[in-house]
Amino acid sequence: MDRNMLMQKLMELDFLAVDLGLFLNTHPDSSEAIAAYNEVIEAADKVRLQYEENFGPLCSFRSYAADPEHWLWERNPWPWQKDANTTMGGKECR
Amino acid sequence: MWIYEKKLEFPIHITKPDGRLAKIMIEQYGGPDGELGAAVRYLSQKFTMVTPQAKATLNDIATEEMAHLEMMGTIVHQLTQGLTKAQLEEAGLSPYYVNHGFGVYPSAASGIPFNATALQSKGDPLTDLYEDMAAEQKARSTYEYLIDLTDDPDVLAPLRFLREREVVHFQRFGEALDSARDYLNQQHYFFMNQK
Repeated sequence: MDRNMLMQKLMELDFLAVDLGLFLNTHPDSSEAIAAYNEVIEAADKVRLQYEENFGPLCSFRSYAADPEHWLWERNPWPWQKDANTTMGGKECR
Repeated sequence: MWIYEKKLEFPIHITKPDGRLAKIMIEQYGGPDGELGAAVRYLSQKFTMVTPQAKATLNDIATEEMAHLEMMGTIVHQLTQGLTKAQLEEAGLSPYYVNHGFGVYPSAASGIPFNATALQSKGDPLTDLYEDMAAEQKARSTYEYLIDLTDDPDVLAPLRFLREREVVHFQRFGEALDSARDYLNQQHYFFMNQK
């Protein structure tokens, strides 16, 4: 899978986690939402690992520095650079 | 404590430089109903919030607002990349340019710098949560006005995402308000704020 596809997959899963997390804060006894949350976290962990192995670390002071010779964290592209993303223009649900 | 994740919450790739759009998009970066104010408002209010549900809601929505601040900065930055001198002048960006160049500075579209008078931290959990619900509605309106004035699909996609988040946050703050109100309506014999 190329970088953009992996990143998009991770963004989708992390967004689900963010939204389920907010829901659970005010519905802490929803076992259905907890099960969905854990499912999403497990799937996102796998994609994050796959991304980091191929394209470098994602999390400040949490990700392993995989290359002993080079500190990959500082490398471009940073998230606000065009190269870091593809556009979602025209791809939304109507 | 926060952990930075090296990605946006929603992808942004704007191909067409557009000074007119950059000039108005800054509103949600540093305007009174923008993402900076939202993040600071919730981060400040959390310290005196009463129920665990409402504390978690303030903390986590504040965290998401920081990701939204980054998205709005990204929109402004990418819209100004590759602008010609003529385009910059035509868009009315000259006053901004002489002060900030193409640096992203927290101000409203009118040029007024960000000011904490746009928010409140009242120390009263109900007052604060009502303010937060109003703040989400004000941000939703602003995104709708921005959407009205935008025709570039690369800009519309993230704006629509951000607008929808305002709707969800409003809902969550309403639920947090219920939890705080229920708590304050209980009998308290010794410590008003113990929970």
